[in-house]
Amino acid sequence: MDTLTATPTIEPGAKADRPVAVYCKGITKTYGSGQSAVRALRGVDVDVRTGELMMLVGPSGCGKTTLISIIAGVLDRDEGECTVLGKDFKVLGPSGTTQFRATNVGFVFQAFNLIPTLTLAENVAVPLLINRVRRADAIEQACEMLKKVGLGDRTKDIPTRLSGGQQQRVAISRALVHKPKLLVCDEPTSALDHVTGQKVMELLRSVAAGNDLSLVVVTHDARIFEFADRIAEMDDGRIVSMTTGKGHQHSSFDASHAK
Amino acid sequence: MIRIAIKMLMGDRLKYLGLLAGMAFAAMMISQQMSIFLGLSSQTGTFIREMTSTDLWVMDPQLRFSEDTISLPDTALQRVRSIEGVAHAVPLYKGFLKAQLADGTRTSVIVVGVDDATLSGAPATIKNGDATLLRQEPGILIDERDMGTKLAYTRSGGAPMKLGDRISINDRDALVVGTYRGSPSFFWDPTIYTTYSRALQFAPRERRLMSFVMVKVAPGQDVLAVKERIERITGYAARTSVDFENITKAYILKSTGILINFGIAVGLGFVIGMIVTGQTFFNFTLDNLRYFAALKAMGASTGTLVRMVLSQVLSVTWLAFGLGVGIAAFMGHFLAKTDLAFLMKWEVLVVTVGMMLVVGVVAALISLVKVLRLEPGVVFKG
Ligand SMILES: Nc1ncnc2c1ncn2[C@@H]1O[C@H](COP(=O)(O)OP(=O)(O)OP(=O)(O)O)[C@@H](O)[C@H]1O
Ligand SMILES: [Mg+2]
Repeated sequence: MDTLTATPTIEPGAKADRPVAVYCKGITKTYGSGQSAVRALRGVDVDVRTGELMMLVGPSGCGKTTLISIIAGVLDRDEGECTVLGKDFKVLGPSGTTQFRATNVGFVFQAFNLIPTLTLAENVAVPLLINRVRRADAIEQACEMLKKVGLGDRTKDIPTRLSGGQQQRVAISRALVHKPKLLVCDEPTSALDHVTGQKVMELLRSVAAGNDLSLVVVTHDARIFEFADRIAEMDDGRIVSMTTGKGHQHSSFDASHAK
Repeated sequence: MIRIAIKMLMGDRLKYLGLLAGMAFAAMMISQQMSIFLGLSSQTGTFIREMTSTDLWVMDPQLRFSEDTISLPDTALQRVRSIEGVAHAVPLYKGFLKAQLADGTRTSVIVVGVDDATLSGAPATIKNGDATLLRQEPGILIDERDMGTKLAYTRSGGAPMKLGDRISINDRDALVVGTYRGSPSFFWDPTIYTTYSRALQFAPRERRLMSFVMVKVAPGQDVLAVKERIERITGYAARTSVDFENITKAYILKSTGILINFGIAVGLGFVIGMIVTGQTFFNFTLDNLRYFAALKAMGASTGTLVRMVLSQVLSVTWLAFGLGVGIAAFMGHFLAKTDLAFLMKWEVLVVTVGMMLVVGVVAALISLVKVLRLEPGVVFKG
């Protein structure tokens, strides 16, 4: 293992007693080869507990997106061990991993990635449709979900008529509708203003509190750190510190507050 | 996911309509050109098809098509009549001859001379009586469609030819005693019917020969057996109408380049359709790449993505096919009222569907390569 790997100041966090949802040890990832090779991850050790909200922070280019991509099973690691919900993507293989993502992982993107020609309900129903739920049932569940995030009256609207915060709430509904065990969010608030960002985080927080769902949230936004159970700070392809956040204090937030 | 996929495409109005227009144009071009081609090639057999009174056409083996000028010797008739299984056999004259109208208008005509005794082979659609009109000297029957066009007095203002008019065929006097209703033929010149003996008088001396012996097979006899017997004993060729039509068609298609020309037109429709469709659909796919990436990340399988892309293209393909063929048929409907050839057989539809499906599937494949190669990891990239 790389000798430069400093022993991070890992604090156990409030949910250290919970079972491990994501376990990573010595993960490396290099993009390209030869002269142009970029060593994005240089040996990352991290675990995420069930029901925990972990934030990944650090300067641009330090490897945050690379790490959550590997955890979410959309990118192959080079070396190291990684199991998510007890499964190793290298063992599952590409189609097994795709299937795993379909049932177990929810995604929230910085750019929302809602399909503009579909209604909100249809957008939210997509993960269910991917999992072969009947269309009528999928739409019904999607509407339920939209109701929970306060958009129950807009189900037939199209995304572009919504504000950024509303669109991100739709995206969160879509990420959660199929009841995944792991939610990965890359910069979920950076396209939003501060107040809206806070509300989105409150929503995420409240979702995480109720379920045995684990969240990994990448962010630059220091103002939302308070929502984390733990904050992993990365630099140059490594985790350099791990601090306990105040996230558990938010656990009592209810979705209905997030308007 | 298929409805989602189709909605994704239809939501992009401009591309959707572009795709529809491009594919409909291709479908129209392909089906229309093929229909005109089929119409033309079918018109090469008009004369043969209308001669319903015959079972076998006996002709010189070297004769290549219905208008060919290779004739039989006079003895051929007797030789054919003497063959077992032949109920009766009559001579038929057919030849291109020069004609001149009363006002000096010159034209060329196809003269058909039918057996004097039986008048068998005369048109069935005579307007002002029946074939016995030809008993009048020196009677001819003309196609009523030609009266105001190909046989009009062009030199003196274009008045149509009338019943009772006189016309000089190869400097011999002929009298219009009747009109019939013919069908459009690939061979453009007006077809004039008369009796066999009169036709021989019209024809130049060296042409005083029989074009065909028309054979009626005796009841209970196998046509093919009689055909073989005639060919074996006389050395001539004996052909059923269907065979004769086929060799005529094949000869015309081969010697005129019609097949190649229409082939090129159909191919162009196909290629243009392919390019427009492929290009437009690929642009659509590129525009939606990030959504496809998101779908991939969310666990859409390869099979799901293939179904999505295919259903997007094919949903347009069917509509475009209907639209394109509809427009072609509509145009054909008006063409059909003229002498222009247009024949939209079911084969046209099958081939058009086939070609459109190829266009659609190829367009889909180009886009699919892009979608399937997409790394799901790119979803997190800006
Ligand atoms: N597909 C790729 N090919 C080559 N290099 C890449 C690729 N993706 C990321 N990198 C490089 O890997 C390093 C880590 O990238 P990553 O996107 O994980 O950083 P990040 O921490 O998410 O940055 P940001 O905060 O700007 O989003 C960077 O130097 C980046 O340029
Ligand atoms: Mg990033």
